[in-house]
Amino acid sequence: MSVFKTFSKYRNLLGELVKKDIKLKYRNSYLGVVWTMLEPLLTMIVLTLVFSGLLGKGTRDFPVYILTGRLLYSFFANGTKAALKSVRANAGMIKKVYVPKYMYPFASVLSGYVIFLISLIVLAVVAVSRGVYPTVRLVLMFVPLLQILLLTTGVGLILATMAVFFRDVEYLWSVALMLIMYTCAIFYQAETVINAKNAWIFKLNPLYAVIVNFRNAVFGQAMDFQAMWYATAFGIVSLLAGIVVFYKKQDKFILYL
Amino acid sequence: MEERKAVSVQNLGVKFHLSEQKVDNLKEYMIRILKRQMRYKEFWALKEVSFEVKRGERVAILGLNGAGKSTLLKVIAGVLKATEGKVERSGVLVPLLELGAGFDPQYTGAENIYLYGAMLGYQKSFLKERYEEIVRFSELGDFIHVPLKNYSSGMRARLGFSIATLVEPDILILDEVLSVGDVKFRKKSENRIKQMFDKGTTVLFVSHNLAQVRSLCTRAIWLENGHLTEDGPVDEVTEHFEKNQ
Repeated sequence: MSVFKTFSKYRNLLGELVKKDIKLKYRNSYLGVVWTMLEPLLTMIVLTLVFSGLLGKGTRDFPVYILTGRLLYSFFANGTKAALKSVRANAGMIKKVYVPKYMYPFASVLSGYVIFLISLIVLAVVAVSRGVYPTVRLVLMFVPLLQILLLTTGVGLILATMAVFFRDVEYLWSVALMLIMYTCAIFYQAETVINAKNAWIFKLNPLYAVIVNFRNAVFGQAMDFQAMWYATAFGIVSLLAGIVVFYKKQDKFILYL
Repeated sequence: MEERKAVSVQNLGVKFHLSEQKVDNLKEYMIRILKRQMRYKEFWALKEVSFEVKRGERVAILGLNGAGKSTLLKVIAGVLKATEGKVERSGVLVPLLELGAGFDPQYTGAENIYLYGAMLGYQKSFLKERYEEIVRFSELGDFIHVPLKNYSSGMRARLGFSIATLVEPDILILDEVLSVGDVKFRKKSENRIKQMFDKGTTVLFVSHNLAQVRSLCTRAIWLENGHLTEDGPVDEVTEHFEKNQ
């Protein structure tokens, strides 16, 4: 069977897995899906309280500035972590029923993406109540939203493959995520805080490039094209690399699970 | 592949690496690579197995534990990839290997119908149509809205069987699952499988119960240590198999 035929046969499964992730995540909690919005809101409040005295926080509205960075970063972190675990978490099924294995990391990333999109409602509410009104440039938001999906899926596929063979990847990745988080400039301005000698770390971080343009769209500022191209290229390359790595190794998964 | 053939296995070999010690962390792996100590013990679970199954044939696969029966079924079902050789099949295949392997314990029975159904490749509209039938056949009644973690193993198996046998397969793979649930349900499930037999479904059947094998199958394949020892009419092969024990 061709790849497309197989995908079309199992597309219902992708939907079911995404639904399952979302449904089970909030089952047995009183507030349910409201948590998707409440959690980033509370984090924003905490970060604002702690860091509002910080120097170099720039001229843009601080809570909105934090929330934009925080939302994108947490989607990337949660999505890649879930994808990393997805193949091993579904080992029982992979050993017994044939389904295209990429469904598991795809479903983990997609369910995270749906939750992330829902949580953008919070951003809209906070932005308007803080006096940050949408401009025409808000339309450009679709660029970073697409970039981060490519990036998370690609990195997620690579991590999922590696995690089958080496359990250590899980721990290494959480350390790497810490570096990524601090170089995302979630609660400060990169240009003012960082020592000029270390500025290259920011330039290398593709997630920072995504966040820069997401913020530009929200605050109605012009797009940073250098960051845009870098994030797009990085996203596409990582997705292609992820597909190749996963595809080449997937037949061996069952021997290591 | 000719239309009359349902399954064709050509020169199939499946190799496993049994690493002498399981290396699954990076440090160990690096040390071993540097010391050139990454040694694997190779183990062929199946080797040079070839046979063809015609449409409507009912084939039993005999062998002791570890002979490669389950590996063979897994390769035919598509879960495992062949190391060498080729496996072809035509038509809808339903593996009744592990009933309800795709169930989620947190989900209710009703939700699991859609999840497991999707895993078997059924579309949502089809599952919606047949939902009532599944519930009725599984005899779960109101339990269908209870999370699966509260089910007994018999109830789980009943639900799994009801979903898996929803479509009429061209090829049915049975791995000792004719003993599902209580006596009443076992009768029912046997009837359903017999109905499929009558419609000319191709069957691959693994069982240690030779009487059952003789009554259900027309042909038998005997595996020993991953090699095909004998392939022929069911009475002959089971007789030789029994004598050999």
